Amino acid sequence: MTITARQALEPAGDPREPIGTGPELRPAPPAAPLRPTRLRAWHLGTGAVFLLGSVLVSVLLGSYHLPPAQVLASLAARIPLLHVHSSLGPVGSAVIWQLRLPSAVLGCLVGAMLAVAGASYQGVFSNPLADPYLLGVASGAGLGATVAIVYGPAVWSTSLFPLPVAAFLGAVVAVGATFALGRSRTRPRSPASLILGGVAVAAFFTAVQTFIAQRQSPGDLTVVYNWILGDLSSPGWGPVAMITPYVGAAAAVLLACRRLLDALAVGDEEASSFGIRADRARLVVVAAATLGTAAAVSVSGLIGFVGIIVPHTIRLLAGPSYRRIIPLSLLFGAGFLVLANVGASAVLSPEQIPLGVVTAFLGAPFFLVVLRQSRRMG
Amino acid sequence: MLELEDVSVSLGGRDVVSHVSARVGRGAWLGVVGPNGAGKSTLIRAIVGLLRHEGHIRLGGREYRATERRARARAVAYVPQRPVLPASMNVTDYVLLGRSAHHSYLGAETAEDLSVAGQVLERLELASFARKVLGELSGGEQQRAVLARALVQEAPVLVMDEPTTSLDLGHAQLVLELTDQLRQESGLSVLCSLHDLTVAAQFAENLVVLSQGSAVLEGKPAEVLTKSTIRRYFGANVDVYHGPAGPVLSPARSRPSLGVTR
Repeated sequence: MTITARQALEPAGDPREPIGTGPELRPAPPAAPLRPTRLRAWHLGTGAVFLLGSVLVSVLLGSYHLPPAQVLASLAARIPLLHVHSSLGPVGSAVIWQLRLPSAVLGCLVGAMLAVAGASYQGVFSNPLADPYLLGVASGAGLGATVAIVYGPAVWSTSLFPLPVAAFLGAVVAVGATFALGRSRTRPRSPASLILGGVAVAAFFTAVQTFIAQRQSPGDLTVVYNWILGDLSSPGWGPVAMITPYVGAAAAVLLACRRLLDALAVGDEEASSFGIRADRARLVVVAAATLGTAAAVSVSGLIGFVGIIVPHTIRLLAGPSYRRIIPLSLLFGAGFLVLANVGASAVLSPEQIPLGVVTAFLGAPFFLVVLRQSRRMG
Repeated sequence: MLELEDVSVSLGGRDVVSHVSARVGRGAWLGVVGPNGAGKSTLIRAIVGLLRHEGHIRLGGREYRATERRARARAVAYVPQRPVLPASMNVTDYVLLGRSAHHSYLGAETAEDLSVAGQVLERLELASFARKVLGELSGGEQQRAVLARALVQEAPVLVMDEPTTSLDLGHAQLVLELTDQLRQESGLSVLCSLHDLTVAAQFAENLVVLSQGSAVLEGKPAEVLTKSTIRRYFGANVDVYHGPAGPVLSPARSRPSLGVTR
């Protein structure tokens, strides 16, 4: 027999007398079946349409005019079983397949990674303003790139691999230093100590980078700042191939941990009491998000605010559960950065505005809105 | 069921709990009482596995410390003194967190998890709030949600650390009565620290009095809660009446002497 809360307050043959009359409970209507928060098919569908639409727009638009019908035919011609003939010449074909599409795919990878890393950091640090650069990735990558440009052979500034590799190594070294600083001999590494470690490392690496950069020629300085301001132009598929394994692995880990991110919202102690190792979950999530971010910025430069704008927009539209935020951040982050890149090309065409400037223009007001909201919520 | 033998806990090099022994049988309710700073919360956090301890904590005769974390969560459920309630999380998602140790570590809840959570929500009259977010609930409803999250763990032992601290009298009664009903029906073993000695006496079969980290008294509430012991260990001057549900404490106006032994 099921006894309700109200009945539990009634005297019932127990020698122990009830203390008194309990509070009036709200009337309970019949129970609906429990529906935990999950990712629904229409969420995924909307995200996929947004992403594909963004990629299509970025492939169709550009400073070199190509008829949209021919571009679409060229894309369709590569889809098996469709038997569509492409009438694009070799130059047009090269523009689509070696410039626009690689840039769009690179934008997808970088945007997805920055957005999902931002969402993950916000989850593990319980801080709505956390972004993918929280633990020193940006300053480390900036220093690595600056060292490569200034001290490497001149060809490094323009070639495909040494610059991203140097930026990636710089980012990994900076985050390693953050983890070392955030560690204490007597107590486990806490979120607060990690964040403070990140602040210290970022300040130090930025100081070194500024010191090196200000002693160089204007030419080198321009290359350094162009890299820092972010760029997705990708001649060929090299950068895409380079970061895909890192971004793919990081995204897979973060997707797998999305339920744990919800559990961490109740704090480490309570999560631990129902069987979750909060410290280990946090370490895995931070490591995956950081490695993926380091790979992304190594080829794109420092593109800010994606990790703030995208997760918070999803939070507003789909609710606070990371079961939705993580997968949707991947889809919408990818589409968002591709569209931002289209905007960066189109606004002052044929000149290109640095992508980081466009995202900052969009992100700074958004950041303030989030800040005001989080203050209001206490 | 739950057995503490010579349990000690040190924090920052200071012994906060010293050599405490106690036992909670199946379907029994053991109350832990004591003045502020006596070590009640520290003892409870050690029992739940959140603090390292010396001595032995056994569950069903098995050393609790050696138990894997998820198995431990299936054996002991915990209601903290000040639970963290994410304001924007809905009641269903929150309560289902308590099923984490029952399904795969990274996977989603099974149909059985949903069924258990549904039954517990019905039982605690929370079913109609299942889709509400925690921030919209009253204090009493929130505390019932916390209790629901602990009960869906389906653990044979429920450990509560002053679960009624933030509740008014009516809601405090509701939470404790519900817990007591479950104890009587399902054989749930309850270990609960409470600030209010009269309430503790009404629900607990046995009380342990902690003072400066040591268990100084243990026994039936009527044996433990006397005018002299309360004066000695709590520094309070009270009159004790014996009602049908146990001793009832009424504060007396005169101030206690400054020479009380704490």
